[in-house]
Amino acid sequence: MATIEVDGTSYEVDGDRNLLDACLGLGLDLPYFCWHPTLGSVGSCRQCAVRVYANAEDTRGRLVMSCMTPVTDGQRLSIRDPESQAFRDKSIEVTMANHPHDCPVCEEGGECHLQDMTIMSRHTERRYRGLKKTYTNQYLGPCISHEMNRCIACYRCVRFYNDYAGGKDLAVLASKENVYFGRHEDGCLESGFSGNLVEVCPTGVFTDKTLSRSYNRKWDLQSAPSICSSCSLGCNISPGERQGRIKRIVNRYHHDINGYFICDRGRFGYDYTNADQRIQHCSIRQSADVTEEAPDYRDAINAIAVELAGAATGGNLIAIGSDRLSVEANFALQTLVDEDNFYSGMDPVQHQLLQSVLGIYRRPGIHAPTLREIESADAVLILGEDLVNSAPRMALSVRQATRNLSFELARKSQIPLWQDTSVRNLAQDRRSPLMILSVAGTDLDAIASLRLSAAADDIARLGFAVARCLSDRAPAVPNLSPDLESTAAGIADCLLRAKNPVIISGTSCNTPSVVESAAQVAMALSLAKSNGQIRPSWLSYVLPAANSLGLAMLQEGNDDNHLERAMQRVLANPGQCTALILQNDLYARAEPSRVDAFFGNLKSCIVLDQQPNRTTDRANILVPTQTDFETEGTLVNNEGRAQRYFEVFATDNPSLRDNWKTIANMAKAWVNPGTGQGLPESLLALARCENFDDLIALLKNRGGLFGHWDRAAPNAAFRIAGLKIPRMPHRYSGRTSLRANIRVAEAKQPEDRDSPLGFTMEGAPINIPGALTPGFWSPGWNSGESLNKFQDEINGHLKGGDPGLRLLQSPAATDMSAATSSDWFSVPAATPTAANGRLLAVSLPRLFDGEVLSALSPALAQRAELPQLEIHPETAAAVGLVEGHIATIRLESCQLKLPLRFNPRVASGLVAVPADVKTAGILPPVLLPAAVTIE
Amino acid sequence: MTELIASTANLPAAGEIEPLTPEERAEIEHEISHYPNRQAATIEALKIVQKYQRWVSDGKVKAIAEVLDISPDAVDAVATFYNRIYRQPVGQKVLAICDSVSCWLLGCTELMDHASRSLDIEPGETSSDGRFTLLPTPCLGACDRAPVMKFEDKLITNLTAETLDWILKS
Amino acid sequence: MDFETPLTARIKANGEVTTLAEYRDAAGYQGLEIALSMESTAVIDLVKESNLRGRGGAGFSAGLKWSFVPRGEGTARPKYLICNADEMEPGTFKDRWLMECDPHQLIEGMVIAAYAIEADIAYLFLRADYEVAAERLQQAIDDAYQEGLLGDNICGGSYSLQLYLHTSAGRYICGEETALISSLEGKRAVPRAKPPFPQVSGLFGKPTVVNNVETLCNLPHILRNGADWFKSLGRGEDAGTKLFGVSGRVKNPGCWEMPMGTTIREILEGYAGGMQDGLKLKGFLPGGGSTDFLTEEHLDLPMDYGAIGKAGSRMGTGTMIVLDDQTCPVGMVLNLIQFFAQESCGWCTPCRNGLPFLRQLLEDLEYGKGRPEDLETMADYCRYLGPGNTFCALAPGAAEPLQSALKYFRRDFEEHVNQGGCTYRQQAKANG
Ligand SMILES: Cc1cc2nc3c(=O)[nH]c(=O)nc-3n(C[C@H](O)[C@H](O)[C@H](O)COP(=O)(O)O)c2cc1C
Ligand code: SF4
Ligand code: FES
Repeated sequence: MATIEVDGTSYEVDGDRNLLDACLGLGLDLPYFCWHPTLGSVGSCRQCAVRVYANAEDTRGRLVMSCMTPVTDGQRLSIRDPESQAFRDKSIEVTMANHPHDCPVCEEGGECHLQDMTIMSRHTERRYRGLKKTYTNQYLGPCISHEMNRCIACYRCVRFYNDYAGGKDLAVLASKENVYFGRHEDGCLESGFSGNLVEVCPTGVFTDKTLSRSYNRKWDLQSAPSICSSCSLGCNISPGERQGRIKRIVNRYHHDINGYFICDRGRFGYDYTNADQRIQHCSIRQSADVTEEAPDYRDAINAIAVELAGAATGGNLIAIGSDRLSVEANFALQTLVDEDNFYSGMDPVQHQLLQSVLGIYRRPGIHAPTLREIESADAVLILGEDLVNSAPRMALSVRQATRNLSFELARKSQIPLWQDTSVRNLAQDRRSPLMILSVAGTDLDAIASLRLSAAADDIARLGFAVARCLSDRAPAVPNLSPDLESTAAGIADCLLRAKNPVIISGTSCNTPSVVESAAQVAMALSLAKSNGQIRPSWLSYVLPAANSLGLAMLQEGNDDNHLERAMQRVLANPGQCTALILQNDLYARAEPSRVDAFFGNLKSCIVLDQQPNRTTDRANILVPTQTDFETEGTLVNNEGRAQRYFEVFATDNPSLRDNWKTIANMAKAWVNPGTGQGLPESLLALARCENFDDLIALLKNRGGLFGHWDRAAPNAAFRIAGLKIPRMPHRYSGRTSLRANIRVAEAKQPEDRDSPLGFTMEGAPINIPGALTPGFWSPGWNSGESLNKFQDEINGHLKGGDPGLRLLQSPAATDMSAATSSDWFSVPAATPTAANGRLLAVSLPRLFDGEVLSALSPALAQRAELPQLEIHPETAAAVGLVEGHIATIRLESCQLKLPLRFNPRVASGLVAVPADVKTAGILPPVLLPAAVTIE
Repeated sequence: MTELIASTANLPAAGEIEPLTPEERAEIEHEISHYPNRQAATIEALKIVQKYQRWVSDGKVKAIAEVLDISPDAVDAVATFYNRIYRQPVGQKVLAICDSVSCWLLGCTELMDHASRSLDIEPGETSSDGRFTLLPTPCLGACDRAPVMKFEDKLITNLTAETLDWILKS
Repeated sequence: MDFETPLTARIKANGEVTTLAEYRDAAGYQGLEIALSMESTAVIDLVKESNLRGRGGAGFSAGLKWSFVPRGEGTARPKYLICNADEMEPGTFKDRWLMECDPHQLIEGMVIAAYAIEADIAYLFLRADYEVAAERLQQAIDDAYQEGLLGDNICGGSYSLQLYLHTSAGRYICGEETALISSLEGKRAVPRAKPPFPQVSGLFGKPTVVNNVETLCNLPHILRNGADWFKSLGRGEDAGTKLFGVSGRVKNPGCWEMPMGTTIREILEGYAGGMQDGLKLKGFLPGGGSTDFLTEEHLDLPMDYGAIGKAGSRMGTGTMIVLDDQTCPVGMVLNLIQFFAQESCGWCTPCRNGLPFLRQLLEDLEYGKGRPEDLETMADYCRYLGPGNTFCALAPGAAEPLQSALKYFRRDFEEHVNQGGCTYRQQAKANG
């Protein structure tokens, strides 16, 4: 810590920071452009000048760029002295000389850092008399618009895109006053993190094209704290809505997870919620060919209740949950049909994988790291995940982790870690070790110190060998080549030498041995690193969906209630069962002919879903569900953090109710006619749930992991000085006239009985808990940069607390020296080499079109690559396949035809199948890995 | 005129790579050997291509990127920074008249005007017959012999309107 | 001549190059042999002792700069020596002469410096337009390799050095040592923040020293003749000789080697022959385009770093640009600002956008659109661009001629406002 004096007031600040960072962290206003909390300082914009004084006597002082000046103890500085103000005034004057001043038509207007800084620097009078320069703009793809005339050359875009995120196709071109930030030629920005440019750019050069289709100012967008449900990481987001449509998504800072950045899938994937195809009404199918009708919601629920009651008495009621929907919706369903009749909707392998992950996470010696922790790792071992595609935001964190060596070097050379270019120049391309074992190469390979492609079981075997190197109590791996033995030893050595090694694996390979081998390495590492006290190893699993872990928790210890079991039950009792399916297209979950058989043998099928798919086609009764933007709930991310999300806006469609509520309504309708006699108490309790907190209380009663469920976010009764928290910015315009085209009378604002947020602009302006903060705004700071007013220090925790509740805190350090042979996983056999034209097909996750809902967004769909089968050229030669030809893969009843592409990074003997939603509809990824015939 | 049109017609279509010639590739590889990483030879690579092609096309930028194992955008970031790399076709001869202070004191402005008028082009342009490109250039380091000009690689000192006329006619 | 001219003694009047044989005949590479026989730290001490100051513009002690390079076991390798031969400062043409005519002197100097800092690799960063120098240097390098003066085991000893010639692709900013390093890495020539200084983290993140051509050319002679001899060459406070040049409308523009501390009058009137007939001296930039104007009253100052500094300007490169009384100072400053605006790398705001802002004001003045308050605005902007305010020294250098012109030639600026444009051009027009 250091004491500094700013304009006469003394403060305690962190001595490792620069002056700008320290001042902003203190809540002081000091303008800047090129500096960014995570991108560091480069000193190019010269907007952050302050005056520092050498000592108590010094009255003249000297001008410095605060972002490039380290804090020193006893430092005296002035932000307000006339000279530094005059300096900043000139900087902004020349910055604005060529700016088009097109704020009225600029989409950044109202949330523009340049506007804010111009005002803060008090630049009001224009003296430049020359002509302004103009640039031509580029086409940058379906997500990002480009308007170079607004550029102030802060260099943040290229520093984020290239230096931070590893992008290659954006550059600063030309020089002097002509610097141009764009591409070598027009074309879609390739990086999966390109959307962050919208927020990183302090003005309107890079803007969100998906917002501009039907544009609104920031102040006219209603927001609520939300959680991205496009992968298992649980990035915090802030969706903006107006007139019933989600218009855009921006990052919502979470210290431990997404920090300042999210991926493009999360940002641009929201359009499924606006899709015309959405299921809007309930429908009941009388018989196969009698026309469907659209009954009233009540009628549908009553009809369902009748079905449920009937089936339940015969013991023929089953329900299938969804790993993408909230814990509460799944819990309500589980309660409705009783635990024994509730199935996860996952195939057995995945179901058991998740139980296994949950079990591993709860072992002593294992700690599930946050993304922030992963970023601080100085050695990373990845087993079987292609992070950029399966958990994009984590890939960004791993990329930063590889920079820790450069920070260490910088420390030695006494270069402040925030002095970005200097640190990069010093380190050049030296990086902390990143070791990637994958089936088909990954986008992070370029910065990996070790990369190896192998079939899943072989990846696992190498992992087990690493574990064995770390601890000779772990089982040995038989028949490993000397080459691989030494690779394993090298990896083990690297993990041992690292201070904070992290092991990353996941379910993408759909292979238990991979998940187990990662755990084995982590456990062996804990042992190897422990001296007396066990030191938990960091082990992070990437999971299939946003709430995979939450669903697994609801079924903890139950290895059996998966989709296959449900099917077996139905097939064993043909024509008897009634199934209630919660937003889960079973055709993507199992072999399609088997799914057909399942539906064919049901008595009745009730489906709750938001988008039409093959499963909704089979429904006798169909009830629409809400998207995450329209309801509230809790998702448990891959590190076991329960995070609450809230309704962004209230739909006025009477058929669209909160998903949990619809299920509770079924309970009500079921219970009512017969006053509920003989029905289980849990069902009665569900029927009594009037609002979300009632349901939370039920869930909390389950105890265990759910024992503190109410702490994930404040409940609906929470108030600040008696006020709710407004979802609308206080400048929200036209609220009273928005619906004047429908009815001139002012519509009553919807009431929210399920949360402490209100659908208004009135309410508590300050001290909002982190979990309830819809977005960031502060006087004078209209852009997202206002975040600094909400943090306890720059890049620190939200003053209102980090949202969410960690459920899997690493168990207290226990003595693991007693690890017994039953604690170790056993080693799988090596993958047999391909023979007789049969190859091992594996599934590859895809960023833009790999997730069912986000893939419906037109912007992402346009960015998806055409699906192709990938194969190593030598493997192809061995089975006589030619690049570019259409190959056919057969697996059980599935037949997939795709063009073939050679990719030397695919492990030999493998054929990689893209897991885009279209391909998955033909050959569900859960069936892989599997030996297939290919021709 | 016809020549220039012909040469424009031969320009590779946007987006396509224009492979390096064997000589270009060999010389670039030689330069790479002087540095600890391939990217460091970017400027040399651009100069080598320009030596043979007289300018660096988009297609060549891509080819250079490939041999240096960096992106075309990274190559172009460098190519567009340096004023001796031409990213547009130039005429058969490049006239670069120094416009810095010593030459200014000795009348380079008039010489530039003269050349400009004779060729009927603005500085920075190529004459319509494709023979000359006229460029202003910063100080050529021969200020004691000002005004000076570079005619291709040759330094012409104590430049006069007569010398210019003679060159433009020849 | 009553003084020694060690740097240019071997240079032939006809401009032909000194060959390796000729260079060796004239005691060439003896300095290197002496150096190699010494401890490398002793070479640094000797050069420190000689008080050799950098000839690239800033005048920093060469020996001292070298002493900041980390040494001994465990330090980062390879280490680099870079010769800054980017010479693009307007009005500067001294290094060209040394390189075109006596390339081995530079190579010998580079090997000595490299040895002193224990460098493994040396790059000679040559500006794009010096094709003749490039050819001759490459030949000289090849010859030196051939004769074991470069490469492995130099002169049969244990020291090895690889030396490569890098020819640039233009841009004045490449002369700024950290921008030069960026450029040598194959990147945009954007300067880097200091600290860390290149001696600690320079080329490819490794310890690096950058020295000017002329600085390095002094080394063989210092090694051969000793520090005291070198100090005795200077007439005043500074040691050694210096290449001084004069351009502009003088009778005999050129470049000459003279003792440090020679008076400006002697250079301007003695060597350059004074102003052309009919012209009077109005002012001059003593050390290239980025130094402050001095005027007649300063003619008797010695060309020493301190003396010129005290007079409010800088020794810079020691090449003067002379302004006569019939040329417009506003026009001259506009030309200079235009140069610097155009050569800005585009990294920092004051330079990238501030210089064009000034250019606009000067153009307005020159073409009759100037306003009285513009003069104050310009002075303000010169302060805004002052040392420390921008990322590198380009912009502060750019402000120097303007800020001093506003001081010495204020009347001319005011006339431009009052008369609605350039009075010199109006005069010239009137004269036909
Ligand atoms: C804009 C700018 C241009 C420069 N150009 C040159 C140059 O062309 N040649 C040179 O030797 N030094 C140049 N310098 C000075 C160098 O940065 C550096 O100080 C010098 O090369 C060090 O060598 P010395 O210590 O031997 O003088 C320039 C500095 C600046 C700020
Ligand atoms: S002063 Fe700034 S913009 Fe100008 S050359 Fe230096 S770093 Fe580049
Ligand atoms: S924020 Fe400090 S120079 Fe840009």
